[in-house]
Amino acid sequence: MLDHANHPAAPETFSGDRGLDHEEPLLFEIGRADVTGVDIAEPEPFASRLGALERKGPIGLPGLTEPEAVRHYIRLSRKNYSIDAGLYPLGSCTMKHNPRLGEKMARLDGFADIHPLQPQSTARGALALMEELSRFLLALTNMSAVALSPKAGAHGELCGLMTIEAALRARGEARTRRTVLIPQSAHGTNPASAALLGFEVRAIPAGEDGIVHADAVAAALDDSVAAIMLTNPNTCGLFERDVVEIARLVHEAGGYFYCDGANFNAIAGVARPGDMGVDAMHLNLHKTFSTPHGGGGPGAGPVVLSARLARFAPVPFLLREGGELRLVEHANETQSLGRLTAFHGQMGMFVRALSYLLSHGGDGVAQASRDAVLAANYLRARLRDVMTQPFGDRICMHEALFDDSFLKGTGVTTLDFAKAMIDEGYHPMTIYFPLVVHGAMLIEPTESESKSSLDRFVSTLRALAESAKRGETERFTQAPRHAPRRRPDETAAARKPVLRWRG
Amino acid sequence: MRYLPLTDEDRAKMREAIGVATIDELYADVPKDVLLKAPLDLPRGAPEMEVERRLAALARENVPASRAFLGAGAYRHHIPASVDHLIQRSEFLTSYTPYQPEISQGTLQVLFEFQTQVAALTGMEIANASMYDGSTACAEAALMAHRLTKRRKAVLSGGLHPHYAEVVRTISRFAGDEVVTLPPDIFAREDVAAHIDADVSCVIVQTPDVFGNLRDLSPIAEACHAEGALLVAVFTEAVSLGLLTPPGAFGADIVVGEGQSLGNPLSFGGPYVGLFATKREHLRQTPGRLCGETADADGRRSFVLTLSAREQHIRRDKATSNICTNSGLCALAFSIHLTLLGETGLRRLARANHASAVRLAERLAPIAGVDVLNDAFFNEFTLRVRGDAAALVETMAARGVLAGVPVSRLLPGAGLDDLLIVASTEVVTEADRDAFVAAIEGAL
Amino acid sequence: MSGERYTKDHEYVRLEGQGDDEVAVVGVTDYAQAQLGDIVFIELPEPGARVDKGGQLATIESVKAASEVYSPISGEIISANDALDDEPGSVNEDPLGRGWLAKLRIVDATELEGLMDENAYRAFVESL
Repeated sequence: MLDHANHPAAPETFSGDRGLDHEEPLLFEIGRADVTGVDIAEPEPFASRLGALERKGPIGLPGLTEPEAVRHYIRLSRKNYSIDAGLYPLGSCTMKHNPRLGEKMARLDGFADIHPLQPQSTARGALALMEELSRFLLALTNMSAVALSPKAGAHGELCGLMTIEAALRARGEARTRRTVLIPQSAHGTNPASAALLGFEVRAIPAGEDGIVHADAVAAALDDSVAAIMLTNPNTCGLFERDVVEIARLVHEAGGYFYCDGANFNAIAGVARPGDMGVDAMHLNLHKTFSTPHGGGGPGAGPVVLSARLARFAPVPFLLREGGELRLVEHANETQSLGRLTAFHGQMGMFVRALSYLLSHGGDGVAQASRDAVLAANYLRARLRDVMTQPFGDRICMHEALFDDSFLKGTGVTTLDFAKAMIDEGYHPMTIYFPLVVHGAMLIEPTESESKSSLDRFVSTLRALAESAKRGETERFTQAPRHAPRRRPDETAAARKPVLRWRG
Repeated sequence: MRYLPLTDEDRAKMREAIGVATIDELYADVPKDVLLKAPLDLPRGAPEMEVERRLAALARENVPASRAFLGAGAYRHHIPASVDHLIQRSEFLTSYTPYQPEISQGTLQVLFEFQTQVAALTGMEIANASMYDGSTACAEAALMAHRLTKRRKAVLSGGLHPHYAEVVRTISRFAGDEVVTLPPDIFAREDVAAHIDADVSCVIVQTPDVFGNLRDLSPIAEACHAEGALLVAVFTEAVSLGLLTPPGAFGADIVVGEGQSLGNPLSFGGPYVGLFATKREHLRQTPGRLCGETADADGRRSFVLTLSAREQHIRRDKATSNICTNSGLCALAFSIHLTLLGETGLRRLARANHASAVRLAERLAPIAGVDVLNDAFFNEFTLRVRGDAAALVETMAARGVLAGVPVSRLLPGAGLDDLLIVASTEVVTEADRDAFVAAIEGAL
Repeated sequence: MSGERYTKDHEYVRLEGQGDDEVAVVGVTDYAQAQLGDIVFIELPEPGARVDKGGQLATIESVKAASEVYSPISGEIISANDALDDEPGSVNEDPLGRGWLAKLRIVDATELEGLMDENAYRAFVESL
């Protein structure tokens, strides 16, 4: 069965390509400085006003004509996995279908071709769109205000923690409250954001059941605590059952409750963070409301705020006065914490997210959440006898977490298992995260998969788990063999970094 | 609902496999009193056609920037049709961060090419795989300079875009770092060097600056280095680098900029793409993702995200930045546009921009009540107008010309209400210039 | 004292030289390097810096992790092993030899007494 175990080092064709699998050189190996794919007329003679600062010497930028460029990028694109092509079960990342309506809407001239600094009187529709998106986000979260400008989730965390610090300043406690409580299962961005603002991070342990217990929070609370950062549902795919009690304890101790909203897609339309005592929470529009991930970005991370924090929101923010909607762009004479980015946030993402929200409506958003939770539990139920769950056989939210106990003694690691999935035509699940679970495998199917797609995924994972247990180690340790590349040498990449082409 | 493939029959079978009778049982961990009892007061779902109508109606309430002379950090350029086509390839648009390199070589090779292009354009040794936008890249540069110099004071030039300055001041205020902001420097005459002392970690200077002036950064670089400080060079108009001496050649230590001008529409301010370049010796303190070259198990050239131990998902509270998601797709658009242009096209595009602005300046200079303030500029300059520039812009907007950005929009209360920042790129035609001249003459 | 002394965090210290020339060579153990995997970068201390026993001495990065190295002993950094900049793999290959991290001038030799000798450390590792 494993007759390709000794994969030949040289491809077996003359061209080096294999069928649809084309090798593609670097732009710098095929382009030339004197070639261009954009025809631009030389301007009529004019008197330069550059002074002495004109560039001398070549830049080092090769060009391609349009047909060459199109081929270059199309060939490169074919080396990527995508949600459009297959199930993309990355836990915590929420790879759901990206409706193309959003792409079409964001490209309307009235949205794509408006300048952030044109008179607000000429951008009424843009402001109205931001207001309507805000209305959806506030209704879904039951919060008081929303800061739209943060560019992504981590930027939203900064925003939320800054509003908390601004509120502490207003209370005269910003110097004494320098601790942020964060569970060990949190996304790395949480401690990184807190540390960036000079907070001390204090870890709070989770219980044996994978959730944070109110008594553990109570034990960690004192008058140095500024806030708790809690992801809910958490990164183990579990709802933090004690959330209301935790919020009460934190508030009683004078702290604020920051919720990492990366997993809001499990409960949107079903339960509201504002009802759980949350003071600030970022919403990843690129996760929950399905703006495309684009190979790593752009995202959008609006932050919803409780009444206690609303007035500290960053500029720009929307203000409706006597029927007139305007953007307040300067913090002076307000209690705003300041400015987080040059302009008004990710407008292109706002259009896509609102397009998604209008399409789903309140009812559809709730159904999407329920389907996502249903799909994750279905996978969990169908896999629980061949894979192992770290916190026992219990319901999960929108993602199902497994550990590597089922691989014990097989010689197959979580990484090997993931790579074998690539050979089976799947993008692997999130692996080795959360850090609190050994050899973690976090599977998030989302609501976008049909039952037959889920069933096919289940049978593949079951077959792999059984194969590992049968001792067919090579299938895993040599994987992937059917991808555009086999495993790269990451050690060499990091020891002698080559970060740009050099001719 | 058209985006949800599960049927009620599927759902029933799935519940059965799980062993629950109702979906609510899966929400058993959510405290009863916070579970919503009734649907939210939100509109019900809508067919595609209806959503399209609704959003198109909102779009029509905006005046597209077609006859527009707006810059100050965001620029209207022509985007070749193939750029927008290529970035909508599913494999680019709907893929995640390339954490599984074997099935992400497309994105990874693009990032490697992007990093090389940005390094070449800025005249620096290395570049990262993008930041959110120019302003957040600028703030990250200040933080990086603090880490490198173990000092905590940044000096901001009066020519730095006021919003960039405000972003740096905001993060610094919370991080406990000191910032000295020099007064608005309309004529590029400030003496930055006089503000550099042994406590200064970096000086942040923009060229072309927010008023359109071109600045020679060499003396500032020398002054910085003499005191052990770093020079952070900023640009908001990437096209200018086709014609201007790159910051690396001036001796800049960190170069940050806005890449929107290449491949990315104005889109009311975002998403854009932050460019971040520096010297190789500062690699370990660089924020954001880095793509590197290596070989796979068969010895074939491959690309991977590398030096990840700097980043938040590994280093957590000791990371060089909290950034995770970046501007991947906007970086792709930037890279494709630059590939199509090549060196030849970029130089031509830059010349076309410069010519367009020079021509507009020449047309405006003779008008009574209008002064062009800049000696040297690229595609943007500042006018002193008779009266209030913001009011003038509103009046001209009513005549179908978006004339520029009044300085008071960026710096309210600075006593600069008669200044107007005007940009003229390659998309501006002679007819547009005629319209501008007619509108301003009529309005003044 | 001869040979290395060890901490429970898998650092070692070894005295070399005599009298005024006596230096403490500090590094991580073979067990530590095996746990870390392929080491790609080491952030070394600056000569002249002072470090307390248990204080952070260096950071070792592998591809997917960054780990702190704590000083087994208090002292002043005399030199750091700059050769590791180019050859971080030396720590994997020869942690007690070429893979040393820093040399310190010891402040208080009695601190050594609380550390494990080779036999004790071997027993400790076996107990893990």
